[in-house]
Amino acid sequence: MWVLLATEVLMFGVLFLSYTVYRYWYPQAFSSASAQLDLTLGAINTGVLLTSSLTMALAVRAMSLQLRKQALWLLALTALLGCVFLFIKAYSWHTEYTEHLVPLRWLTTDYSDIGGDAARIFFNIYFVMTGLHAVHLTIAVVLVILMGIYVLRSSRPTTSARRVKMLGLYWHFVDIIWIFLFPLLYLL
Amino acid sequence: MTMTARTYVLTYVALILLLTATVWSHSFELGAWNSLINIGIAIAKGLLIALIYMELARAISLIRIFSLIGLSWMAILFTLSLADYFTR
Repeated sequence: MWVLLATEVLMFGVLFLSYTVYRYWYPQAFSSASAQLDLTLGAINTGVLLTSSLTMALAVRAMSLQLRKQALWLLALTALLGCVFLFIKAYSWHTEYTEHLVPLRWLTTDYSDIGGDAARIFFNIYFVMTGLHAVHLTIAVVLVILMGIYVLRSSRPTTSARRVKMLGLYWHFVDIIWIFLFPLLYLL
Repeated sequence: MTMTARTYVLTYVALILLLTATVWSHSFELGAWNSLINIGIAIAKGLLIALIYMELARAISLIRIFSLIGLSWMAILFTLSLADYFTR
């Protein structure tokens, strides 16, 4: 699983590099563009993911102690918190859409009072990074639900405990990515 | 370190406090220090999650070495790329 996570670091790493270079080149535009984002929602989302990491860690622990019912509740809570995050993210994307900040070719965009093309670059990076993160989180939520069904029907406690633990590593990784995304995108 | 439920909950409290600190520091205009504080806090949070939730603190050395692969690659990526971009 750690090797898989290394490949994920590869994927996100280049995006972080992109961000670093463009931010170095256009600090003002990046700063004004970042101010357009809803900081409160971003902070709440961070809190939601941190809580989900707690419930996931407790689920892994419950599995290792063979407390299956507790583990199932905690996995359900983890998936639910993941969904809450995705819902809030979708809502903020929608807000940015109505404010004409989405840099898609067929949409009208208005970056005139925040820095023009450099601000457009910020929003490109913002949507790609949060979008890619959301894809990862969606996959994680689906896997948690499937894992829950598997645990419910499994008669092999050691194997299922190990599998939940591996899924936990993936979940925590998705959380760590957001922990870096939040300050870089929202707290400029 | 034994990973009791208490350890996990205490780590969670620390993570929330760090989140509060980073958002709170955003209301102060400290120039370049803002970014430094934010990234520092992000690294602290990342370490807490990696060491406690991902149980690296009590993993065998082999696992710990593998956990460093991604970061090592990123270090090379950033060093070579930024050496190019920042100097010309």
